[in-house]
Amino acid sequence: MRVGLDIGSTTIKCVVLNEQDELIYSSYERHFSQIVQKCGELIAKLKTEILHSSHVQLAISGSAGIGIAESCNLPFVQEVYATRIATNRILPGTDVVIELGGEDAKILFLSGGMEVRMNGSCAGGTGAFIDQMATLLNISPEEMNSLAAEHEKIYTIASRCGVFAKSDIQPLLNQGARKSDVAASIYAAVVSQTIAGLAQGREIKGNIVYLGGPLTFSSELRKSFDQALHTTGICPENSLYYVSMGAAFCADTEIDLAAASERISHYEAHGNFAYNAPLFKDQKEYEVFLNRHGNCKVKRAALDTYSKPVYLGFDAGSTTVKAVVMGQNGELLDSEYLPNSGNPVPLIRDYLNRLYEKKPDIQIASSAVTGYGEDIIKNAFCIDHGVVETVAHFTAAKAFLPEVEFVIDIGGQDIKCFKIHNGAIDNIFLNEACSSGCGSFLQTFANALHYSVEDFSRMGLFAKQPVNLGSRCTVFMNSSVKQAQKDGATIEDISAGLSISVVKNALYKVIRASSPGELGKHIVVQGGTFLNDAVLRAFEQEIGTEVVRPDISGLMGAYGAALYAKGKGKTQSGIITADGLSRFTHEIKVVSCGLCSNHCRLTVNIFDGGRRFIGGNRCERPVTKATGSDALNIYAYKRELLASYGVTTGRRGTIGIPMGLNMYELFPFWHAFFTALGFGVKASPVSSRKLYAKGQQTIPSDTVCYPAKLMHGHIQSLIEEGVQTIFYPCMSYNLDEGLGDNHYNCPVVAYYPEVIGANMSGLRGLTFIKDYVGIHRRKDFPVKMHGVLNQYFDGIPLHEVVNAAKAAYKEYDSYLSKVRMHGEEIIEQARKENREIIVLSGRPYHVDPEINHGIDKLITSFGAAIISEDVISNRVKKFRTNVLNQWTYHSRLYAAAQYVSTQKDMDLVQLVSFGCGVDAITTDEVRDILERTGKIYTQIKIDEITNLGAVKIRLRSLFAAIGRE
Amino acid sequence: MAKLRYDKTGRLLFTKEMKKEYTLLFPMMAPIHFNILGNVFRHFGYKAELLTTSGPEIAQTGLKYVHNDTCYPAILVIGQLLDALKSGKYDLNKVALLITQTGGGCRASNYIHLLRKALKKAGFDHIPVVSVNLSGMEKNPGFKITLPIIRRAAGAVVYGDALMLLHNQTKPYEVEKGTSQKVVDKWTEILTRQLNKGDGCSKKDIAENLKNIVADFSAVEVRRVPKVKVGVVGEIYVKYASLGNNDLEGFLASQDCEVNLPGILAFALFKIDNRLEDIKLYGGSSIKYAVVHKLMRYCTELESILIDAVKQAPQYIPPSPYSHTKSLVKGVIGYGDKMGEGWLLTAEMLELAEMGYENIVCTQPFGCLPNHICGKGMIRRIKERNPKANIVAIDYDAGATRVNQENRIKLMLSIAKEALVQKSEETEC
Repeated sequence: MRVGLDIGSTTIKCVVLNEQDELIYSSYERHFSQIVQKCGELIAKLKTEILHSSHVQLAISGSAGIGIAESCNLPFVQEVYATRIATNRILPGTDVVIELGGEDAKILFLSGGMEVRMNGSCAGGTGAFIDQMATLLNISPEEMNSLAAEHEKIYTIASRCGVFAKSDIQPLLNQGARKSDVAASIYAAVVSQTIAGLAQGREIKGNIVYLGGPLTFSSELRKSFDQALHTTGICPENSLYYVSMGAAFCADTEIDLAAASERISHYEAHGNFAYNAPLFKDQKEYEVFLNRHGNCKVKRAALDTYSKPVYLGFDAGSTTVKAVVMGQNGELLDSEYLPNSGNPVPLIRDYLNRLYEKKPDIQIASSAVTGYGEDIIKNAFCIDHGVVETVAHFTAAKAFLPEVEFVIDIGGQDIKCFKIHNGAIDNIFLNEACSSGCGSFLQTFANALHYSVEDFSRMGLFAKQPVNLGSRCTVFMNSSVKQAQKDGATIEDISAGLSISVVKNALYKVIRASSPGELGKHIVVQGGTFLNDAVLRAFEQEIGTEVVRPDISGLMGAYGAALYAKGKGKTQSGIITADGLSRFTHEIKVVSCGLCSNHCRLTVNIFDGGRRFIGGNRCERPVTKATGSDALNIYAYKRELLASYGVTTGRRGTIGIPMGLNMYELFPFWHAFFTALGFGVKASPVSSRKLYAKGQQTIPSDTVCYPAKLMHGHIQSLIEEGVQTIFYPCMSYNLDEGLGDNHYNCPVVAYYPEVIGANMSGLRGLTFIKDYVGIHRRKDFPVKMHGVLNQYFDGIPLHEVVNAAKAAYKEYDSYLSKVRMHGEEIIEQARKENREIIVLSGRPYHVDPEINHGIDKLITSFGAAIISEDVISNRVKKFRTNVLNQWTYHSRLYAAAQYVSTQKDMDLVQLVSFGCGVDAITTDEVRDILERTGKIYTQIKIDEITNLGAVKIRLRSLFAAIGRE
Repeated sequence: MAKLRYDKTGRLLFTKEMKKEYTLLFPMMAPIHFNILGNVFRHFGYKAELLTTSGPEIAQTGLKYVHNDTCYPAILVIGQLLDALKSGKYDLNKVALLITQTGGGCRASNYIHLLRKALKKAGFDHIPVVSVNLSGMEKNPGFKITLPIIRRAAGAVVYGDALMLLHNQTKPYEVEKGTSQKVVDKWTEILTRQLNKGDGCSKKDIAENLKNIVADFSAVEVRRVPKVKVGVVGEIYVKYASLGNNDLEGFLASQDCEVNLPGILAFALFKIDNRLEDIKLYGGSSIKYAVVHKLMRYCTELESILIDAVKQAPQYIPPSPYSHTKSLVKGVIGYGDKMGEGWLLTAEMLELAEMGYENIVCTQPFGCLPNHICGKGMIRRIKERNPKANIVAIDYDAGATRVNQENRIKLMLSIAKEALVQKSEETEC
């Protein structure tokens, strides 16, 4: 008999095969990370109950099995390899296997050139991801499947990793999207991620087999794959056990189970993981700490005997809903702290009902709401004021420590930090979508290990060796934890380690601080996560200074909102009355907005009496019906200008040009060049999600930036439109604008044509011109270009190329001067109308609406004017930067920042594409330049992500800080 | 004591006095090469000291002072230098740091600036940083890369490549474990002595030394059995530095593989050749072309000496000549792709597959920009050219875990072992 064990990230699977290779026993259970123990139990059971013998051929497989196999000297089979062995044996004729596990995704191509693929380190969890999302929706994975079956609409959810998807889903829930639609959208995201990350240019077709837990348990997930692949795959019998069966097939060494279980019971990990100092030496130290923090208490009074008017504050956060009733002198009269479970509306309705019941004679002077759900709550219950989260938190912090210099708030999903200068918010740090692990991460982790988050973090207080887990995003963290467990870290060590990593993430990734001096002396920490003593202690240890944590740390947003309401000076609130509440209804409709090409999926919330709230919109058009003004928006102008070149025809044929990356700026150049040579020119269509999906399968590196990924879609569109010649040249160098020490393009912009050429099979049979050209050498360019063209076309004389080059440079210069002139007009007009001028900077291709997700329109909806960095970059002379200034586009950023710091009414907002390595350098430098003159730096990270909630917070905070909100 | 002097842009200079008084710390990359290279600098009067530290604190220190989205090598290199400064081992008023700067279009050219930013944050801004480059960036009165230094450094690279190659091809088969390492140690010592005296760098000396090195390795008693042959390519730091790649070489050895890391000389040739390619592609001065061409020729001669020496012992596979490696990527990727490892990385994968190392680990720091193109971006094309190529791309990062990486490498090795068994069955039939 042969035994195969598959020890995965979340489960242990075991099979026993008889001499005829028939399955005679199988088991499947979750191990809750107690791998050694479970494994020992299983082997003991096998020996006494199943095999009745101690000698058997056995092999171990699975990502969590490596450690045990090595240390206990048991044969190991890599899991994907095992799947292949099993599939070839059981289901010969299979072409492709798609297997999703707890944290891995795999695709095996078995026919026509065998290839096996696993997700890279970035694309993390799949099964674990679905579990996480189910937790977020407050349903079981089974319920998720049945809900998904009833879906009507699919929302676009970022498919890069769990954290991204989460920040897409949360606002959907807050806006009132149906759970069934969200559930189906989650499956669609998993499908999209698997295909994008693993197919890498190879088509998935033929006989397809689905394996692994998630695909076995969820029929809807399988359906989702079927739809995306236009096929019907099968999920065979024993689909959970292919890895373990493969291991069993490979097992050819006889093992003595008694000896093996002896070795496993003595399996002691090496204990050589990196660790930090303990949080607390002993109980006494902890008590001193508790006493110190116990002093920071809010005033309280009893609600039922309170006779004066009160103020209501709500904080509809990403994972929790908070409500506060506050008296005239800031006394806390009543409060609630509830998990969000996806929809804040019923929670607040119930709270208000209870409040009116408890105190029928309540006099409400005013009310305010903050947080992700601000808009919907404000509309649903006629709340008097909405306030941006940063301002709410600052207002609350000031009440505890008037001289506060720094506020750090770690909530469920957000980290918000800001510096206070002269009594105003001066500098804001918000976490990027990528690192939004924070509180909800601790929660998910605790739950996964079957603890409540309180118990789990308490376990870490006296841990002897808190594991050093780094400060990376949650996906990485999962595997770091696994590694630590393998190395022998205890649950206590891991708990403490996670608390420390939350702190390190905030300090080094979000704030980018390296010494406590940078934060100032008076620091207030707040947010639900700081209620956790382990996190608080870790923070104080890491920055080496004592901080203030109010006892209502988790309620600070709501408390701040109440204070804000009071500050607005109203005496009679318009909030929904007890009577109104009894008639309260809430209905949700999902529609597609047809007002522009974005086609946003709108969630229309209709309340009683015809009050409406629309969510999911990227601009204000569906709400106000007014066309957003593009008059003061250079991004809109650039788009128009580029579109005005149109499609042309010519005697020498048509050249297709993909509109992405550097083409966004060089299109006028090449358009003029080829037109002068007698070619027609056709640009690829404007980017969209659909266009992206066209090329998604051919992307070889899943961590490259979104603008580069979009290029695949543009090329595919050109191919589909029947263009025979596509021109997309490699360019190491850009034009030298005299602002830097060199004038490179970044490696991706420079060489992406190579990736296109090597990975898009649709180009076969077409002419794809990707040669290296150097437009930076004006004199040499025509000669060199003549050589390039003659490889593809007959008889283009040099003098024609010389003339075409002249026309090209002229058109490029004219394009740039038009942009600059129009920019100047915008500046003048904005100044006349006393509007703030936002320099929305990034790269030329950030003008693409699919890349910037309509952020430009969002900014103009706040009443500000927008110019781009190239409008002002020529207004300063070359100056010394603290980094090597060697990329043309980036030199413009530094120059623009330098210019902005001399202009009172200008502020810079930098768009950064996720995965842009170069921007790790530019962002710090641009911030430095701006902060030298006290300007506020605002960075917005963008990706496939479509959620603008976090962006809004950032922008509103900026406008609040400069006194424009 | 040497005075702190700044140039007109405000950059702290490394002065002539400092050359006498200061210890120059430089970070580890390829141990065999860098040990020998240190001697070249010591011979020219610099108190150069190679940092051999390791451990998780280095990455932690780096993460604290460098933007966490910056590439992993920057975090490690800067982490290692700062960790050394904080160790208390050095007089902080008599220490300077040495770091290379390529001047190419990739982020790596900015390491030196990131290092300065980190030093400032850590309160070490009185410590001079010296740039080692061939592009004439950042001059210092107390530090000059002269022709004799270049010549000797090139010699050191050749020795390093030879020792690394022979060691890798001998060690997996040695009868007595550790014998080939002893040969490496012995020669590091001999070469140190020679280089410190200023010897060992003429072409004649190099040829003579290499002949003896090959002879010494050939004398190691071996038992050659078929083993899985794995080639390692990638971003230069994570390719060579065990600190950067979680001791990849050690792991592959533990899996009973023979490893081949293409040498540094080819990388040097590539970087020199880029200047010629630039002129060919975009135009430029013919005088510059001639000068660079001469340097290119010198290095090519050194390469021939190395190849000839290895060829003397038929059991060893010598590196392919640069010109051959370059010819392999024709029609796969253009010669203009020069940032980072550029087309050379693609070429090395094809070269390795051709030499029988068709199992390849392509290493890169997480989010490495050039490798999106010349690494991951070309794997499909390489497989079309050579269907036997069995390539796994591994990302290295402070947050990426060993388990994940090793699991993926094991998958590649499973396929490799299967192919090896098939091959030996075929030869038996």
